[in-house]
Amino acid sequence: MSTLTAAPAQARVAQSSRRGMSRRRKDTIAALVFLSPQLVGLAAFMVGPLVFALVLAFSDWDGFGTAAFAGFGNFAEVLSNPRIQRSVLNTVWFTALQVPGLMISSFVFALLMQKAGKMLSVYRLCLVAPLVTSSVAVAAIWLWLFNSEISPVSNALRSIGIQSPDWLQDPNFVIPAFAIVAIWQGLGYQLVMFMAGLQSIGSSFLEAAELDGCSGWQKLVHVTIPLLSPTILFLSITSIIGSFQIFDYIYVFMDSNAPEAARTIVYEIVQIAFREFNFGQASALAFLLLLSLLGITALQLAVQKRWVHYAE
Amino acid sequence: MSTSTTIRNSRRSASEDPKRRGLHPRRIAGRTILHGVLAACAILMALPFLWMLLSSFKPLTEIFAQPPALFPLQWTTEGYEKAFAGADFIRGFWNSTYIAVTVTAVSLLTSCMAAYAFARIEFRGSKPLFMVFLATMMVPAQLTIIPLYIIMGWLGWVDTHAALIVPAALFNAFGVFLLRQYVKGIPKELEEAAELDGASRFRIFTTMILPLLRTPLTALGIFTFLGQWNNFFGPLIFLNSDANFTLPLLVNQFKGQYGADWTALMAATTLAAAPLLIMFGIAQRQIVDGIALSGSKS
Repeated sequence: MSTLTAAPAQARVAQSSRRGMSRRRKDTIAALVFLSPQLVGLAAFMVGPLVFALVLAFSDWDGFGTAAFAGFGNFAEVLSNPRIQRSVLNTVWFTALQVPGLMISSFVFALLMQKAGKMLSVYRLCLVAPLVTSSVAVAAIWLWLFNSEISPVSNALRSIGIQSPDWLQDPNFVIPAFAIVAIWQGLGYQLVMFMAGLQSIGSSFLEAAELDGCSGWQKLVHVTIPLLSPTILFLSITSIIGSFQIFDYIYVFMDSNAPEAARTIVYEIVQIAFREFNFGQASALAFLLLLSLLGITALQLAVQKRWVHYAE
Repeated sequence: MSTSTTIRNSRRSASEDPKRRGLHPRRIAGRTILHGVLAACAILMALPFLWMLLSSFKPLTEIFAQPPALFPLQWTTEGYEKAFAGADFIRGFWNSTYIAVTVTAVSLLTSCMAAYAFARIEFRGSKPLFMVFLATMMVPAQLTIIPLYIIMGWLGWVDTHAALIVPAALFNAFGVFLLRQYVKGIPKELEEAAELDGASRFRIFTTMILPLLRTPLTALGIFTFLGQWNNFFGPLIFLNSDANFTLPLLVNQFKGQYGADWTALMAATTLAAAPLLIMFGIAQRQIVDGIALSGSKS
């Protein structure tokens, strides 16, 4: 084996020296050629804007005239603004409702779907359809379903004697309403992930547990969930990041005049940047969002060793 | 011990044999409950779509009927006529489609090239550069959109589709990451043999690597297309004039103008949602595989 791999290497050395350019230089040039489109993209549309955003976060600038250095002024203003504080709380509340709700319901569905047999593709079609639909269309449908006067949902609730809240107007119900829509739309993604994860668990593990006399519940807790823990970790990281960035539904529901009870971090960023043209404050808030996301993800990765089980 | 194993084995084979499965009353009850729960939930999930579709064919007066009925009493295309009169959905459809197709095609190619370089070519700085790509996946779009908006202003690209297409086509960290994993999984021996025969890197890439990446490229393509077609945030920030609007923007604008005209709004929403729902119905397996693959990293 070693002679087999050594042979091409020797040939390569011979070949490149014949052409008069070192192998290493040729490789670097080839790599640059293959990487060039994405490198241009990385520089122009990611690293450049990031540096620019950092500069903006420390300046006072409305897009016109000259910018002035603002120090930590933007950060201080963002952190002390009670409206933004409320928006942060709303976002956290939304995440607390949506992330566990989404994960538990899609996990239960994935378990049930394992035994669905021939009907699987029919059920899956219904459960995944909202995922391929644009969030604007989704929000337009729910705008109606949340309208307490004409919604068939509140009508059905009323017929069994429950007064349905005015979801989008009631400060106590507007964030749960967002969570309901987000769970409805996000279920398909996690369902597909969990089903793929369940499929990759070899039946040998479950059969072994069965032979040891494990009940269905014991199998679930001691075999299935530990073996799915990498999927659970991946989904919890990505869904928290996603839920911290909720924006589309709110904008479709409320346009640019959402009440304080319905605003979230990204909604604030967009309003501050593109309504008030306070690029500095908006960038400062966006940086704080990035830092919190990095912090939360780092925390999740730090504690993963205690509960995530990687099958060898 | 041996008897208990045989009992378990026979029970297992019973569950696998469809003819004998029906013999157990408890099984029948279990399966009925399972399918009952799943069907109820599936219908519940599909109900908002059904409501959207059926309401779009109602006359406006029926919207306020008490109690509301799922099916229209009188079918009409009034809503669609108003939708087409109120906004150029054909144009929106075309804008959404060509932006999504262009971004998907170009970004697949550029991500593939970068993935090949990271996976196969040894060069100084390869690892740190790859780490930079990975790290950018954590950056929320809202952070870069403000400077991007200013940069697009300088380039004169505000209110043009270039502002949406060029950044997405030239930078796709997730795509580079996903494809690199796949290129790494391809055995090297064939390429080394080809190299000995004097094949250039470009030949090796186009004739040996690309064909083997069909599965992840399809998956990534579907994923990218869905994201672009449904994108709301980027178009909302960059586009101003109606003629440039994509479908999600058109629906949002339509909602602002015809907010109280629910049948017209539902017709507009149906027009925007239908193309992908139909596509999903036709290619469900490929789309689901694509979504699953996007998470099966490392």
